[in-house]
Amino acid sequence: MEHKELNLLNEALGFHNNNLYGRFVLVEDTVDTTAAFVLHQILKHSFSSHPSSSVIFLALSHPFSHYDRILRKIGCNLAAQRDNKRFFFIDMLMLQFPDEGKPNDVGFAAVFEKIESVIKALPQDNTKFVTIMIDDISFLQVAANGSSNDVLDFLHYCYTLTSEYGCAFVALDHKDIYLNEEKPAIISEMEYLADILVKAEPLATGLAKDVHGQLMVLHKQHGISPVKIHNFHFKIKENSIECFYPGTKI
Amino acid sequence: MAESICRSLRDGALEGELAPTLTIKDSLASPFSFNVFSHILLQLSSQKSQSHGIVIVALSRSPSFYADFLKNKGVELSSSNKWIHILDCYTDPLGWKDKARKSGNVNVVSDQISLATSSYKSVKDMDKLFLAITDLGRGLVGENKVRFCVAIDSLSKLLRHASLQSVAGLLSNLRSHDQISSIFGLLHSDLHEERATAALEYMSSMVASVEPDHHSSENCLSEKNFTQGKFSVRSKRRNGRVRETSEKFKVEAEGISFASISAEDGTTVAGLLPKVQFNLQLSEKEQIDRAKVVLPFEHQGNGKPIQIYDGRRSLEESSGEGAPISRCKNEDSALGEIIYFRDSDDEMPDSDEDPDDDLDI
Repeated sequence: MEHKELNLLNEALGFHNNNLYGRFVLVEDTVDTTAAFVLHQILKHSFSSHPSSSVIFLALSHPFSHYDRILRKIGCNLAAQRDNKRFFFIDMLMLQFPDEGKPNDVGFAAVFEKIESVIKALPQDNTKFVTIMIDDISFLQVAANGSSNDVLDFLHYCYTLTSEYGCAFVALDHKDIYLNEEKPAIISEMEYLADILVKAEPLATGLAKDVHGQLMVLHKQHGISPVKIHNFHFKIKENSIECFYPGTKI
Repeated sequence: MAESICRSLRDGALEGELAPTLTIKDSLASPFSFNVFSHILLQLSSQKSQSHGIVIVALSRSPSFYADFLKNKGVELSSSNKWIHILDCYTDPLGWKDKARKSGNVNVVSDQISLATSSYKSVKDMDKLFLAITDLGRGLVGENKVRFCVAIDSLSKLLRHASLQSVAGLLSNLRSHDQISSIFGLLHSDLHEERATAALEYMSSMVASVEPDHHSSENCLSEKNFTQGKFSVRSKRRNGRVRETSEKFKVEAEGISFASISAEDGTTVAGLLPKVQFNLQLSEKEQIDRAKVVLPFEHQGNGKPIQIYDGRRSLEESSGEGAPISRCKNEDSALGEIIYFRDSDDEMPDSDEDPDDDLDI
């Protein structure tokens, strides 16, 4: 039963026909409702999607041990995957580009080069099944001393990998940190770019015991085919997530 | 009306005039300008026009995307190399990948794209971009007076990389170039300051905006509402006359379709009428019969002068007798009369006027 309900998220993301590859998934959350669990689910799924799939993880908000613990609970051993050279953890927790002197894009270009070199080191056939994941875009902006332009350049380069190699690109950002800006450049431009947009929001009626928030998954089929929208509620449990349509849970 | 945009882009520039320029703008609430862009691209490539070639400046979509798109739409790619060329500012806009390759630790992947493509690696430099575009165009159509068309798939990206002044400079250079027949570009209006949008709109002879149809809040966003909206076009004539028209659009799997608003409204109104068993409309015969019915308050037309009570008439009669008493007479006053004492002089004589005296009975 539970397994079936979890499929609501999988189905919305299009896991059943593996079509995350070659796409950009933007996950947006708020302070009240964190959507990190969507990343965990995608992470878990990407290892099981294909025998030679791999994940490049740019960690800006949490260390490896954090993800290892969480993923172990939902049934995926990150440490083993790392040893198998299928999980590449790039620790950028202390990433900070110098304030003056060198421009930021040199630093970002170096990070990008690192990602690309990981992909190129993979066997040719496996480059199609790479997932690039950034666990917090907002920290990139912190590292770049607040310059959103450099962050966008970097994200654009990551995005080009989706068409060049057919990788999946998954990134998490927070919606409410841009609320004050009149034209929030990063989040809006990312939304234009995203093929799949996942929005996590608290319930409009406030906190509830049985519903922890609502998810909206907007599937743009690469701008040409029409849009598919899924709306559902979720509840985060100890070892899993329960997703259900509004009103179907008693 | 989308047709009329395509027509004026196809017609191209007159000798000694600026090339017609189209800006397609949208916002996050309805981000379908790219669908319009590809629609126009297809229209321009499938029908005869002044331009003999198209240069696509690709900033937000990869060249392989365009190749796939054109192939899916049934455009012959092998012959397309003669009239279509992509300036690839997407893959490596700032030259990062190039640098990595030069340092030697990465091997170059050759991707098989069936469209002619040139890569461009310094997006921040608008003068160089202008030269690159015009060189490509000349490569397509040759040196003589043959013209080509320029499609820029994201003016927003250009605005992010360069200042407004230099992007505006690029556009005006392109417009006044004597081998360019038309220009069209995309703009995401909510990424920029209003002045940037306005500046680009000034420079374009046509502005097409894609607006959402739904006025409801974001929460009750549904697929049906999201995929359709209003498409309005403001076009400036040479003499300065501005015309604004709008129609509805709908995004579907096979592309974007346009419909005029009035036709659309007619069908929705017809659809709103409840399905009932009896007839709500009148047939022609019924209408004629209905027109023949004489209503009770109409002139009966029997020749007699029709007199009815009129308050003012009695006032005139009694004016000689003194103010306090006024007499109202009916048509046959012999039978009876109404004697009426005015309560006070303050009362306006008008107050006993027949309220219906302007009725033509």
